[in-house]
Amino acid sequence: MIAVIDSCGSNITSVLFALQRLGADAILTSNPEVIKKAERVILPGVGAAGTAMERLKEQDLTHCITSLTQPVLGICVGMQLLFTHSEEGNANLLDIISGRIRHFTPEKDKTIPHMGWNSVTFENSHPLVKDLPENSYFYFVHSYYPQVSQYTIGECSYGDRFSAIIARDNFMGCQFHPERSSKTGAVILRNFLEMPA
Amino acid sequence: MLTKRIIPCLDVKDGRVVKGVQFRNHRDMGDILEHAQRYAEEGADELVFYDITASSDGRVVDKEWIRKVARVIDIPFCVAGGIRNIEDARKILNDGADKISVNSPALEKPEFVTELAEAFGTQCVVVGIDSLHENGNYIVHQYTGDEEKTLKTSRDTMAWAKRVQELGAGEIVLNCMNQDGVKKGYDIEQLQAIRRSVDIPVIASGGAGKEKDFHDVFTMSGADGALAASVFHTRQIHISDLKQYLRDLNIPIRL
Repeated sequence: MIAVIDSCGSNITSVLFALQRLGADAILTSNPEVIKKAERVILPGVGAAGTAMERLKEQDLTHCITSLTQPVLGICVGMQLLFTHSEEGNANLLDIISGRIRHFTPEKDKTIPHMGWNSVTFENSHPLVKDLPENSYFYFVHSYYPQVSQYTIGECSYGDRFSAIIARDNFMGCQFHPERSSKTGAVILRNFLEMPA
Repeated sequence: MLTKRIIPCLDVKDGRVVKGVQFRNHRDMGDILEHAQRYAEEGADELVFYDITASSDGRVVDKEWIRKVARVIDIPFCVAGGIRNIEDARKILNDGADKISVNSPALEKPEFVTELAEAFGTQCVVVGIDSLHENGNYIVHQYTGDEEKTLKTSRDTMAWAKRVQELGAGEIVLNCMNQDGVKKGYDIEQLQAIRRSVDIPVIASGGAGKEKDFHDVFTMSGADGALAASVFHTRQIHISDLKQYLRDLNIPIRL
C-alpha cells in the first residue's frame, strides 16, 4: 500500500489518479500510524514551502516523516520540504537532505514561474531514473529550486542550474510533476513503485 | 531547455465538446475524453477546457467531466469559464485540474486574483485577457463569451496585464480579438508588447491558421505557448506534425 500524505496540495487528485493508472493501491492519509506502516510514501505539494511545512507541523507529521525508512518520494514542494531551508518565506524545512531552496535569478526574457516542459540530464544510474533517455522532458511549475548537490540525480537548467531529481538513501524527490509529465513521468512513478521496499 | 508549449483549447458545453460560429450555433464535436486523449497522445503540452455553459448564464453546472479528464490525462490541463469564487476554484482543482483561468470575474473584482493566488499558489492562477486593437490602442473587453453581453472596458491591455501579475497571476492568456477566428496568424505586435510588460509566461491565443503562424509567434513575439482550437479540431493541423515542423526550425519543442 502506498500512503499519499494529505498535505492539502491541489495536485493530490492528479497524483492519486496517476498511481491508479499504474495499478498501485494508494490511499490519501494524514494519519502517522498509516504512513509509518505503508510500503511506500509519497509527499505531494504545491504552493509555498513554508505554508506546507506549517501544515505538516499542525498535523504533527514532521517527526513521522523524518523517521521513515521505506521509499519516500517528494513531489514539487513535497520534494523541497525534504531540504534544510527555503528562501520562500525564510522557512526551515524537514532537513532530511542538507541543502537550500532558492528563488530563480531574474534575468531578461526569463519568465518566472518556470512553467512548462524542460529537459533533464541524469547524473547517475539511480533506480528512480531507470529506462529514461538523457534529456527526457518533464513538466515543471515552480519559482524556487533546490541547488545542485551531491544528492542530485537529475539536473535541469533554467538560467540557474538546479536539481530536478534528488535522492538520499530512501528519500527521493522530483521538482517536476511526474503525475503530469506524460510517459516519462509515468516511468519515474513506476520505478518508484518497483523499487525494493 | 524550456520548450514552447502547444495548447489545444476545447470549448465544453453540458459535458460535450462544442464549436460555435461567432458565439452562436454550437455544434456538437464529440466526447471530451476522446478529444482530450487524442490531443495528449499527439503530443499536446497542455490542454485548456473552456466551459461555455458556465460563463454565459451563471448557473452552477455539473463538472463531473473534470474528474474524468484528470483520471485519464497525463498532461497538465486548465479549466476556464464561470469560476466566480474560491469555492468554485477549489472544487475544480480538487477534481484534478492543474490550473484555473479567470477573465471577467477578475475584471469585476481584481482582488479575486490575489485571493486565488493566496489560496492555491500563483502557479495555478491563469488570467485570460480578451483584447481588441482599436485606433492604435489595445482595450480589454469583458463577457466575450456572449456577443450580446460583450462589453468594452476602460482598461488598457498592457496596464491590466501588469496589474494581474502584481495581483498574483502566474500566467496570462492573451486572446487577440481582431485575430480570433480569422486564421491569419497571431497578433505578433500585441504579443510582443505584452511579453515586454510582464515577467510571467504569456500564452498567445487567436489567429492560428497554418503551421508557420506558430513558428512566427514563437520567434517574433517571444510567447511561451500558443493556444489554438479550430485548426486542431478540424485536423487541418496535426499536433505531431506541427511539433516536428517547429523542431526542424530549431524552436525548442518537446517531441
